[in-house]
Amino acid sequence: MTRHHVSRRDFLKRTTASAAAVTISAPAIAEGAPGRVVVVGGGFAGATCARALKRINPRISVTLVEASHAFTACPFSNNVIAGLRELKAQQFDYKRIEGSGIEVTFEPATRIDTDARTVVLSDVARVPYDRLVLAPGIDIRWDGLSGYTEAAAERMPHAWRAGEQTLLLRKQLESMEDGGLVVISAPANPFRCPPGPYERASLIAHYLKTRKPKSKILILDAKDAFSKQSLFLAAWKELYPDLIEWVPLSKGGRVTSVDPSTNTLTTEFGSHKAAVANVIPPQKAAHIAAVVGAANKTGWCPIDPVTFESKLQENIHVIGDASIAGGMPKSAFAANSQAKACAAALAKLLAGEKPEEPKLINTCYSLVAPDYGISVAGVYEPRNGQLTDVKGAGGVSPANAPRSARQLEANFANGWFKTITEEVFG
Amino acid sequence: MKRIYCLAALAVLFASTSAAPAIDVAPAGAAACSGCHPMSRAVETPFTRLTGRNPADIVTATQEFRTGQRPATVMGRLAKGFTDDEIKAIAAWYAAQKE
Ligand SMILES: Cc1cc2nc3c(=O)[nH]c(=O)nc-3n(C[C@H](O)[C@H](O)[C@H](O)COP(=O)(O)OP(=O)(O)OC[C@H]3O[C@@H](n4cnc5c(N)ncnc54)[C@H](O)[C@@H]3O)c2cc1C
Ligand code: HEC
Repeated sequence: MTRHHVSRRDFLKRTTASAAAVTISAPAIAEGAPGRVVVVGGGFAGATCARALKRINPRISVTLVEASHAFTACPFSNNVIAGLRELKAQQFDYKRIEGSGIEVTFEPATRIDTDARTVVLSDVARVPYDRLVLAPGIDIRWDGLSGYTEAAAERMPHAWRAGEQTLLLRKQLESMEDGGLVVISAPANPFRCPPGPYERASLIAHYLKTRKPKSKILILDAKDAFSKQSLFLAAWKELYPDLIEWVPLSKGGRVTSVDPSTNTLTTEFGSHKAAVANVIPPQKAAHIAAVVGAANKTGWCPIDPVTFESKLQENIHVIGDASIAGGMPKSAFAANSQAKACAAALAKLLAGEKPEEPKLINTCYSLVAPDYGISVAGVYEPRNGQLTDVKGAGGVSPANAPRSARQLEANFANGWFKTITEEVFG
Repeated sequence: MKRIYCLAALAVLFASTSAAPAIDVAPAGAAACSGCHPMSRAVETPFTRLTGRNPADIVTATQEFRTGQRPATVMGRLAKGFTDDEIKAIAAWYAAQKE
């Protein structure tokens, strides 16, 4: 354990030399102590934050608590579903993070004792903290859609947390007969990755177009509008005419119940029997957020936009999908950007200094086809207690761009995944 | 009592060394650029590196992205979110980064 980065001998030598100063007063102790930070969740938000903290101030002791030894990334998992990529390319381990002076504990955090400032792990092991970062991502709301249980997800995959679910959906598409109906149910806002369902529909269409051209995709949506909508709709017309049908809320798109025994999705207007059903259900901040009392009645965690400190729990900071980050969407890009800003604020707070106002960026690339990329971008800053879009900045790729620009953005999308996973896990 | 003594001694140790390496907190916005422009040399992507660069080049490029003078897929949309002062601070910080 390399908690203090000072060998015992060095420590003794130096403390003897300054023995006269040992009667130091209490406030000075607080100023001089570098502090202990525990990060719960080693995804895009948590792993980034742990590393950024160590880089800013190597003397801060950083412990990362992560439930799993291997991380499976969701960005580009739609390519896996469409047979364009293998799941292995999505998987990362924590070796490099462990090698950078961060203690990684592979156990789920089950509870947090906020009075004792201690994270309780499953085997009753405890990790004390001065400041806690919660970055646990999402959970499915298993009570959010009638009929959609964990067992139902084995027949009607959500594939909204990458891994087995991703492979299950891919396998179902591969074994579907030509002419089959693929139904995707998209949830109301907010949810992880707002353009994700539509990128998924696009890449499944890309697969069906050549392999099973008589098939169709029906998107049943609980919304009347979605991210990059006009770009997606225009591209579908161009690339996949008559292959994808989108049914918005106002046309009866909202799925009210599902029946896994018949693979049927029911809306207020009728029922659809699917050959392959991809149910993207309502979501909430992962369980631990509610356990510690950092989530409000929406299921997500309100935060201060400068420090990311929970508005409900002192000394607990929430980043990534679990947080309510104002105008920022729930994306890996945003999670990474928030994590770095949060690390800067934590380093300042632990040093007894005032955190600076951050400025954040989000960019979500989507692939409509492997060589056709589009993006939505935003710049954010704290305003009126919220992370707010900087006016005049951001927006989506131009509607009238030539195919060469779409090709460029597809290249940048691939490059982005490499940059970000290198920064987080490399 | 012994534990308090140790803590105090530790505090002295850190207080005495803390003056030397100042906490390197990047200026607002700088950390967000590395979501695309890699800090690490170990990765090959179509994005350029900003580390160790002449800061004037980064400032000029960003200003040209903002006005649309320089063609861009995404930088035009992002550059519009930053003031000249912010970009100058970001460029100076990247210039000072080794890797
Ligand atoms: C199909 C799809 C496509 C996507 N495409 C993109 C894209 O192109 N670009 C983009 O920016 N974003 C994309 N996203 C969104 C992106 O995946 C998420 O926004 C991102 O993963 C959020 O990061 P996070 O750290 O908050 O959560 P996660 O990455 O989910 O990490 C949370 C971690 O916390 C751990 N954890 C949870 N609870 C505990 C506990 N109690 N104890 C210990 N560990 C715990 C989990 O094991 C997990 O490793 C996509 C998502 C999907 C579903
Ligand atoms: C979403 C990804 C993304 C982010 C985030 C991003 N850039 Fe860029 N940057 C690009 C792309 C792509 C180009 C090439 C021009 C284009 O197509 O927009 C580029 C080009 C540049 C260039 C010109 C090329 C060079 O290296 O001289 C500069 C300077 C630059 N960016 C600076 C920045 C700064 C500063 C930030 C942070 C405030 C930033 N970028 C954030 C994607 C990004």
